[in-house]
Amino acid sequence: MKQFLSFVKKEFHHILRDKRTMFILLGMPVAQIIIFGFALTNEVKNSKIAVLDYSHDVATTAITQQINASKYFEIKKNIINYKNIEAAFKTGNIKMVVVFPENFYEDLQHFNKAQIQLIADASDPNVANTLTNYATAIIMDYQNRITDERKLPYSIHTEVRMLYNPQLKGAYSFVPGVMAMVLMLVCAMMTALTIVREKETGTMEVLLVSPAQPLKIVVAKAVPYLLLSMINIISILLLSVFVLGVPINGSLLLLLAVSFLFTLTSLALGLLISSATNSQQTAIFIALVGLFLPTVMLSGFMFPIENMPLPLRIISNIVPAKWFYTIVKSVMIKGTGILLIWKEVLVLTGMMLFFLALSIKTFKIRLA
Amino acid sequence: MNENKAITVDKLTKKFGDFTAVDAISFDVNAGEIFGFLGANGAGKTTAMRMLCGLSLPTSGTATVAGFDVYHQTENIKKNIGYMSQKFSLYEDLTVKENINFYAGIYGKSNQFIKEKTSQVIANLHLENEVDKLVKSLPLGWKQKIAFSVSIFHEPEIVFLDEPTGGVDPITRREFWSMIYKAAESGITIFVTTHYMDEAEYCNRVCIMVDGHIKAMDTPPQLKKRYNATSMDEVFLKLARNAERAQAP
Repeated sequence: MKQFLSFVKKEFHHILRDKRTMFILLGMPVAQIIIFGFALTNEVKNSKIAVLDYSHDVATTAITQQINASKYFEIKKNIINYKNIEAAFKTGNIKMVVVFPENFYEDLQHFNKAQIQLIADASDPNVANTLTNYATAIIMDYQNRITDERKLPYSIHTEVRMLYNPQLKGAYSFVPGVMAMVLMLVCAMMTALTIVREKETGTMEVLLVSPAQPLKIVVAKAVPYLLLSMINIISILLLSVFVLGVPINGSLLLLLAVSFLFTLTSLALGLLISSATNSQQTAIFIALVGLFLPTVMLSGFMFPIENMPLPLRIISNIVPAKWFYTIVKSVMIKGTGILLIWKEVLVLTGMMLFFLALSIKTFKIRLA
Repeated sequence: MNENKAITVDKLTKKFGDFTAVDAISFDVNAGEIFGFLGANGAGKTTAMRMLCGLSLPTSGTATVAGFDVYHQTENIKKNIGYMSQKFSLYEDLTVKENINFYAGIYGKSNQFIKEKTSQVIANLHLENEVDKLVKSLPLGWKQKIAFSVSIFHEPEIVFLDEPTGGVDPITRREFWSMIYKAAESGITIFVTTHYMDEAEYCNRVCIMVDGHIKAMDTPPQLKKRYNATSMDEVFLKLARNAERAQAP
């Protein structure tokens, strides 16, 4: 025990003395939450658009006003000729043009049918899609109002309710994602680095010649990072609740327990990397390509897994972050209890045990 | 087993695939002796030493260290030996005191023992003002001396020194060797590898390895007499002239 404590104490000395690294480790989650929360968002606000109105009647004015009144759009300019549209896209920062043909209101009155053209800048497909959807929704809204006035015998109203995230906030999906990313980085990469560093400096040799058991060496190295990860989880959760307004609907205890499970999995992966390499560069490279990239790409937090081709969908199942992400999202946002996610928890536990066993087995007791 | 033998080695062999790094070497080291293990780079010194320290499993042959078998009793061996590697083996971002406390801690020494011994070691090294300084701020020669003190801090029966004086200036090397003598006087057996031939003169007995074999083993005066040489350097050159694996240093 005394031996173990000496080890843990030494590891803390290493971490506390390296102020820069510690600052990065503790600051990274804060920075990521803030960047994701405020800078990177899928929501479209105040997009600049232009209007080309050949009709200038009651209906087009009403629709134009309604569009301008919404928080999504800001009408920047009125175009008077179809030919000028492309120039408007190229010169200005216009994202969309709404075109009303001639006799819009009359067509609507006499033929019960009129057309509006929405031209969007699809060089950014997601934004274009969102903008046309918003615009269509506003136009539909107008249509519903005028049909209400006329009292048609039949009409179908679709009422949409966004469950769990009524305001469609991006934060709801990236908070669990950032948790996965940060834990993967802190635990896996830092554990791998700290062990490989001892190999590089030659101190590992001295440790292996000492009566210290390799398992103890490894566990002692993991303890400080486990603690650091827990601090990170708590700071992420505090920030997301109090700054981003993301609720924790499920059990906090369950959330922390699952995070702990994922942390252990990451630590095991870090150990595995450290026994496979002898230089810090290689360790960083493997951690980034082998762990971090899959965490970002295949956990479902950046790109929906359902839309991926079959091989990628299959591969995503071996990425621990995918399971962690699914669980955290369910617990945090939907308030799911353990009864509905026990399968995912079981998979993650299985992975943790597998990687832990493998890493302890491969950790070299003898150097040659 | 013989009470007076610190190390016994019989036909110890280590193969890496087709390459035989250490080829059936046999020797004994007496308790309290300073035993020099010489050879060019690649002669197999380090490999042999690693087998004795329990870092590497022999391919064949037998060996005991402090009375324990290198195949099955490595845990016992580890408790009774000290080790200083050719790579510098202190933590640069820890202070002198923290390094000592850490290494003493992993050998399970009591706080009382650590406290008393630390002040004794620090006094011997005249490092009273540097105790709380980070190791990286100290000159290399000091670091080596501290590393040696740390390797024998837990009072082992045998200490293995793997090229301990690499990159150190001649004056520091002399001081280093006087520390080795002191340790030997206190009863610690010293097993030291080196390729500095002048250092060989300091050893009680030396063993010269060439291409994985032991070419000669005796006291330095005897060796010089036998090979009709004035210095150990000359002895070594005569022996290593036909080496295939590496150049003489």
